[in-house]
Amino acid sequence: MKLPKFKLERRSTPPLWFQVLTPVIAVAISLVISAIFLLLIHKNPFTAFYYMFYGAIGTKFAFKEMLVKATPLLLTGVAVAIAFVAKYWNIGAEGQLYAGALAATWVGIMNLPLPRAIYILLVIAVGFGAGAIWSLIPGYLKAKFKVDDVVTTLLMNYIMIYIVSALLNGPWRNPKTMYPESITISQNAFFPKLLPHSRVHMGLIVAILAVLFMYFLVRRTKLGFEIRATGTNPRAANFLGINTIRAIILVSIISGGVAGLAGVGEVCGVHYHLIQEISPGYGYSGIVIAMLGRLNAFGVFLAAIYFAIIITGAQMMSRSMNIPPYIADVIQGVTLIVMLAMLLLFEYRIRREK
Amino acid sequence: MSNFLTVTFWVGLLAATVRMATPLILATLGETFAERSGILNLGIEGMMLFGSFAGFITVYFTKSLWLGVTFATLSGFLFGVFMAFLVVTLGLNQHVSGLGITIFASGLAYYLYRAIIGSPTVPPTIKAFDTLKIPLLWKIPVLGPILFNQYALTYIALVTVFVARYVIFKTTFGLSLRAVGENPEAADAVGVNVYKTRYIAMMIAGSLTGMSGAFFTLAQFNMFTFDIVAGRGWVAIALVIFANWIPVRVLWGALLFGGIDSLGLRLQGTAIRIPFQVYLTLPYLFTIIVLIFIARNASYPSALLKPYRRE
Repeated sequence: MKLPKFKLERRSTPPLWFQVLTPVIAVAISLVISAIFLLLIHKNPFTAFYYMFYGAIGTKFAFKEMLVKATPLLLTGVAVAIAFVAKYWNIGAEGQLYAGALAATWVGIMNLPLPRAIYILLVIAVGFGAGAIWSLIPGYLKAKFKVDDVVTTLLMNYIMIYIVSALLNGPWRNPKTMYPESITISQNAFFPKLLPHSRVHMGLIVAILAVLFMYFLVRRTKLGFEIRATGTNPRAANFLGINTIRAIILVSIISGGVAGLAGVGEVCGVHYHLIQEISPGYGYSGIVIAMLGRLNAFGVFLAAIYFAIIITGAQMMSRSMNIPPYIADVIQGVTLIVMLAMLLLFEYRIRREK
Repeated sequence: MSNFLTVTFWVGLLAATVRMATPLILATLGETFAERSGILNLGIEGMMLFGSFAGFITVYFTKSLWLGVTFATLSGFLFGVFMAFLVVTLGLNQHVSGLGITIFASGLAYYLYRAIIGSPTVPPTIKAFDTLKIPLLWKIPVLGPILFNQYALTYIALVTVFVARYVIFKTTFGLSLRAVGENPEAADAVGVNVYKTRYIAMMIAGSLTGMSGAFFTLAQFNMFTFDIVAGRGWVAIALVIFANWIPVRVLWGALLFGGIDSLGLRLQGTAIRIPFQVYLTLPYLFTIIVLIFIARNASYPSALLKPYRRE
């Protein structure tokens, strides 16, 4: 129950090498722990991890597929990280992603007579807007009425996923295939491909811009300062004359909008129509990515790439060795917990008591 | 629409209400213990899902339903201890620890299910619990079929409400529990072991949550599906606030929610023009609306979310 003979001592500022090393060690420890679950079903973890990394970065094709997966993960990672900086506990990136996908599909299947560039800008705008609105509701409720944001953002995920399901099984059902999927969106709303013979699309650039945007917003702007102050100590922030209600509301709009862009990318860059399984939980992965990246733009970038490798590679591992692909979720959960425990070492150092 | 007026409709609806409320009662009571001690357990959704998996897989191999309930409860207990280790011993952020446990426990349940069962076109089933008719009482008109022809787990849940009330308000442990949730420093000063009390609270919370998961696979349905819990854990988090951390109000809240749930299911059969998914959103929408109304007056335990470190 207590830590016998050891004492936690508060640190001032951890050295830089330590800050860089922590996530690396966290990743290593979490892979070792995850190996236990591979051994549990009698699979060799070394072969399994070999297939995992080979299946994600071993070939050109695999690498490109990894970039396709990294695109939504970068966006949901940024979305969650921005929210968490302000302590707006946005666990709703999944629902906001679906909202963005829904809006992009809605505009996309209208077949508007627009030039491609304009059409693409339009789907991006409505996708951002839809995600923003879906996140603004819990953000507003938190800021104004102190309604618990964890619960509302989580519950709104379910509501949005059911709305999408209702549309796909109802008015949007594809009349040709009769599958619960929308018809193909206008070709003029297709995101251009970035690399030939691959599915890597313009969304990747949008995602990288989002990472840069996060860096400048949080570190270089007045709003960023207000967001950080609101997250660190809302009372002190109020005292400094910062409108914390406004900060939370703006953060919820930006965070939800960025998550919405992930949905736009999946519809306009990968699938070209809306399906129920448009996201295998990218929104929840965003939480893990934001934490592993220590809510820092560059960290989020690396963490998103790392989990893109895990998720892409888990499929290869699954095909080659008959390991359930859900090992990717196990690794994500373990990494989140290990990273959190490692962060403890930022604040404290463990000293043996004399 | 005329069937709305028949006694059979209402009796059926109310019986379903009590049935649907069962997992919510258990999980919300568990969460009440956790939060009373100062811990917000966001691992609840994953613990419920893992409980439903553990219960199913045990019965699948042993055919023993009660062994299934036991293992589901035990799995919750272990996750409860793990959560306590993270947030009590290590003092980690409760939001992120809980979410980490949910992601981990759900992933592990899916992973093990696939590893053991594979992915057959028709998922395997077990022989689930039958309802347990209480002798004589179940023959009472109207009340009998609503209250006394339920699953054994439902009776357990109803009894647990009053046990929880007794434990929280009438025992020394309950006093310690409330003390460490409100003012751990003061509790420590009068000799209450804050760490131990919080550990026990998380063990109770985990066990009840694991058991609540078993209800899905061993009573309500007879198989394990991937979205079987469908956010009920998060609803439980909201219900605790609704119930103001009081067990008997947990019962009312869970019944209210179970009512909306079963009403939605019944309406699916009647109205033609509205897609059934709209009804499925009702419980979530309702929960959010309720939260808006009660948020201002909610009296959270003062030490909720705050790790305690003895200086």
